[in-house]
Amino acid sequence: MTKLIVEHVGVLALLEDRGRSGLAHLGVGRSGAADRASCDLANRLVGNRPDAACIEATLGRLAFRVETSVLVAVTGAPVAIRCGDREQAVNTSFTARAGDTVTLGAPTAGLRTYVAVRGGIVGQEVLGSMSWDTMAQLGTPPLQAGDVLDIADEAGDWPAIDFAPVAAVDAPSFDLPLLLGPRDDWFTTQALDRLATQRFTVSSDADRVGIRLDGPELPRLRSGELASEGVVRGALQVPTRGRPTLFLADGPVTGGYPVIGVVPQCGVDRAAQAVPGTRIGFKPFRLP
Amino acid sequence: MTATSACVPVLRPCGDTAWLLDLDDNRLVHRWAAAVRQARLPGVCEVVPGLTTLLVMIDPDVTDAASLRADLRELEPSPELATGDERHVIEVYYDGEDLDAVARFTGLSVADVIAAHTGTPWRVAFCGFAPGFSYLVGGDPRLRVPRRDESRVRVPGGAVAVAGEFSSIYPRVSPGGWQLLGHTDTVLWDAAADPPAVLRPGAVVQFREVN
Repeated sequence: MTKLIVEHVGVLALLEDRGRSGLAHLGVGRSGAADRASCDLANRLVGNRPDAACIEATLGRLAFRVETSVLVAVTGAPVAIRCGDREQAVNTSFTARAGDTVTLGAPTAGLRTYVAVRGGIVGQEVLGSMSWDTMAQLGTPPLQAGDVLDIADEAGDWPAIDFAPVAAVDAPSFDLPLLLGPRDDWFTTQALDRLATQRFTVSSDADRVGIRLDGPELPRLRSGELASEGVVRGALQVPTRGRPTLFLADGPVTGGYPVIGVVPQCGVDRAAQAVPGTRIGFKPFRLP
Repeated sequence: MTATSACVPVLRPCGDTAWLLDLDDNRLVHRWAAAVRQARLPGVCEVVPGLTTLLVMIDPDVTDAASLRADLRELEPSPELATGDERHVIEVYYDGEDLDAVARFTGLSVADVIAAHTGTPWRVAFCGFAPGFSYLVGGDPRLRVPRRDESRVRVPGGAVAVAGEFSSIYPRVSPGGWQLLGHTDTVLWDAAADPPAVLRPGAVVQFREVN
């Protein structure tokens, strides 16, 4: 099996795939790529199976070498890419030749960049996924310089495209749809009004578990504790004191604070790219 | 059954991939969990009990939330819990650091605290916090104690603890704020096992003192 050698890691580089399924009732969440759409695209660009693991590099600055010639794609937060002595572009596929070092710069926008290698990068599979769950501490431990990873031979057909047009990853301000519930009835009309009309700011307290948001207070209609209940990716949870949290890939499986609304899954991908300081407006809606 | 059935629970929306069934009590949660699992509804990927709720999640590549809602409305709670009569006896060394504090808080003697903890069967209400961390309910109400004022940075795996109406066994080393009564040598979490957690929601747990 051919190898990928990690030469440098910036803030954080993790192996992430589509995550674990069917274990939430035992306290094991899904985890997986924080921005699933970008991870899926990287796999498609190199003709990988959709469940292949990619490297999720937070704030870029990753470097790795390949032993043999392989097809590579980089998606998500846009970065400058150097492959051997050539420059490459994001959202394309390119060949890294035997011995080439691929170096990612810092993102010009967004947080998380995905690297797919044709065949799939092999890490430590735990409970059906190689993804590192930062909260449960399961899966392939965070990558470090010097790590040597196998590249599997499990690709599908050769990809029909080598370039994908992609909407800009990050904007200083954007709106997210929010389906109200399951516990919007715990909040005052004033809270629901503020939620719909005021903007929230992504704080520096943001990781794969969730994003704490600075913004207006969301007063409650009732006091008391909520009996712990299942929580989904995209849930906007409002603690008694403290800031609302939008849960991402490594969020808890159950929680005891009311969830005022849930961002649809495609919106969560976008939130996972929001850098601290980004302004988010919610567009609350109800089902007919 | 039609929507007039007393069994029909309130369905609360949870985004585009899940519904939350709002139920009255934890036994009913496990009967609904059994019904949803047995029905093998298309696309259902997670069935997650809470204390009085059941979260049902779908894979959006297979189905959508509207179909799930229609499917759930056709179901009734199963007469049995998903775990049937699954029962685990957990042997505990009552040597926990907070045993005296729990005795003081409850006004019981240490011997009475142990007798209360072992005196009733508990049931796994739901899991969370960490892989394999089960929230047990149904204990002696005299054992209700607040969490510690300050969490411990490191609670060893196997620690047996209480907080609020719950008891639990820390499956792995982790931070924790519950009051520690003792420890068990029983291994409750093994990521290589299937299933990885010994204590599943709905299962009955009986604590037994060992010396």
